[in-house]
Amino acid sequence: MTALSEWAERYRAPLYIAKRILSGIPTLLAVLTVIFFAIRTLPGDPALAILGDTATDASIAALREKLGLNLPIWRQYLDFLGGLFQGDLGTSLVYGRSVASELLRVLPYTLSLTLASIVIGTVIGVPLGILSALHRNRFIDYATRVFSLIGFSFPVFYAGIMLILVFAVWLPWFPVMSSSVDGTIIEKLRGLVLPAVAGSLGLIAMITRASRSSLLDVMGDDYIRTARAKGLTERTVLYRHALRNALIPVVTVIGLYFALIIGNSVLIETVFTRPGLGSLIIGSLDNRDYPMVQGLLVTYAAIVIVINILTDLTYSMIDPRINRA
Amino acid sequence: MSILSSATVTMTRAFRRNIPSGLGIILFVTLCLLALLAPIIAPYDPIEQSILSRMKPPSGEHLFGTDTFGRDMFTRALYGARVSLTVGVVSVLLGMTIGSVLGVVAGYYGRWVDPLIMRAMDVLLSFPTLITGIIIVALLGPSLTNVIIAITFTLIPKFARIARAPTLAVKERAYVEACRAMGFSDIRIIVFHIIPNILTEVLVMASLWTANAIMIEAGFAFLGLGVRAPTPTWGGMIREGFEHIFQAPWMSIFPGLCILLAVLSLNLIGDGLRDALDPRLKQAKDMG
Repeated sequence: MTALSEWAERYRAPLYIAKRILSGIPTLLAVLTVIFFAIRTLPGDPALAILGDTATDASIAALREKLGLNLPIWRQYLDFLGGLFQGDLGTSLVYGRSVASELLRVLPYTLSLTLASIVIGTVIGVPLGILSALHRNRFIDYATRVFSLIGFSFPVFYAGIMLILVFAVWLPWFPVMSSSVDGTIIEKLRGLVLPAVAGSLGLIAMITRASRSSLLDVMGDDYIRTARAKGLTERTVLYRHALRNALIPVVTVIGLYFALIIGNSVLIETVFTRPGLGSLIIGSLDNRDYPMVQGLLVTYAAIVIVINILTDLTYSMIDPRINRA
Repeated sequence: MSILSSATVTMTRAFRRNIPSGLGIILFVTLCLLALLAPIIAPYDPIEQSILSRMKPPSGEHLFGTDTFGRDMFTRALYGARVSLTVGVVSVLLGMTIGSVLGVVAGYYGRWVDPLIMRAMDVLLSFPTLITGIIIVALLGPSLTNVIIAITFTLIPKFARIARAPTLAVKERAYVEACRAMGFSDIRIIVFHIIPNILTEVLVMASLWTANAIMIEAGFAFLGLGVRAPTPTWGGMIREGFEHIFQAPWMSIFPGLCILLAVLSLNLIGDGLRDALDPRLKQAKDMG
């Protein structure tokens, strides 16, 4: 074995990680380019949008000059990329503050909503999947499958509205609006429950299905037969041997659903009048606040690309064979 | 003919043994018929307002109650089905066709074509589906055509990925090589030998994505980005109803149930198809 291949063998895992992270860069650059040009084709003149219909031609021209809208498009593009690398996403036309600081203000709301949905999805989905697999083709299995099919078919905003109707209007257990996002920790958590449950329905369904079918798959494998043949109890076989492998697909499901839940937050935040990326993008589109829309798209794309890389890496850590591919 | 017949045979076989997907088909066909016959069976006019019967709860007279303008919600739900089903079916047909062609071309030609097409698809997949759709509708303006364009656009990369993977496998098979050796044109090989082999997989995804497309359209309408009022849409009806959730909950409940039923029927169909076509799942079933 040459020194080079020995080195490559030893550092296979870190090399894979580095390669996977670097592979995100060209996609990110292409995404940034698409965002830049898409924003510039949105209807309406940003200068006119800021100054309103009563603005004079001279003041519009002056503002266009100030915003750099008169520069050639390639100069604007380079300025945009240069600014991004310094963490500068421009200035909001509506708030007058930097886009980055506004994004950082609302990001925790969307991330906490997303993470809470994932936690609920996993905590309910995995046990349901196991239960369903263990009682295969019996009542519990059918009931779970019907439940997950319905959960999967519920539009997220409709789920939110029905949760409000039942648990905030008819049974006043939770606040109607997530206005308590600024209160104490307890109030914040109470305000998070209904939105997070609404966001988790589809995920519960997917995790239940994934863990059910992969547990059924794994239970037929040779090593499980061996474990049983050794005389281990069914409980040990299940918890020590089968579950560990059966849960790998759940990681993929969570990774795949992350982008969906982040996207769905637009609807959930609208229903529960919560602050966040979603309600910000709707408001910014209404106000033609294009620097803000641009910043939001960059944030969404960055989150999705990072999550895709993380999912791949987690997967390769659980199953080291992937590094060799 | 032969392309369709192989897919049809597989699908008929799939459905014959699967009660839930049969239910799904019955439900979906019923919804389509109701939408189609809306002008004949609807008891009222979907747009005409009647101030005297504002926000009436469900009754024999108004099955789903009335809205803030006194319009019959049942009539509006029937007409709303037209928008939802049209958007779902048309955008998936377009997205499936364009996406599959791109995926097959990428997989079949390889070399520089494959990375070029697939990187472009990666860029589209770097945004949450709903966000891409919202930006496109904002770019083009809210209308039925633009909602269809927006959803089609978000579906293209998904179908491209689904179509590419089996193409890569099929093009290496001996019979495709034999076709090439006999001097068949690429188009002929793709149409008669590649597409029949990937069609079933693409169709399963199509049924599941029609369900999603209906949910996305409803989401747009709920956000006020859908087809303009007074045209009834399920999402738009929920949007109006949500403002009066305390006084008139039926205004949001019934249109939501319509979406749920439509989505459920398509998911049942898609699940049945997938179960029948995935040999791994079938094996697991036989074992149990």
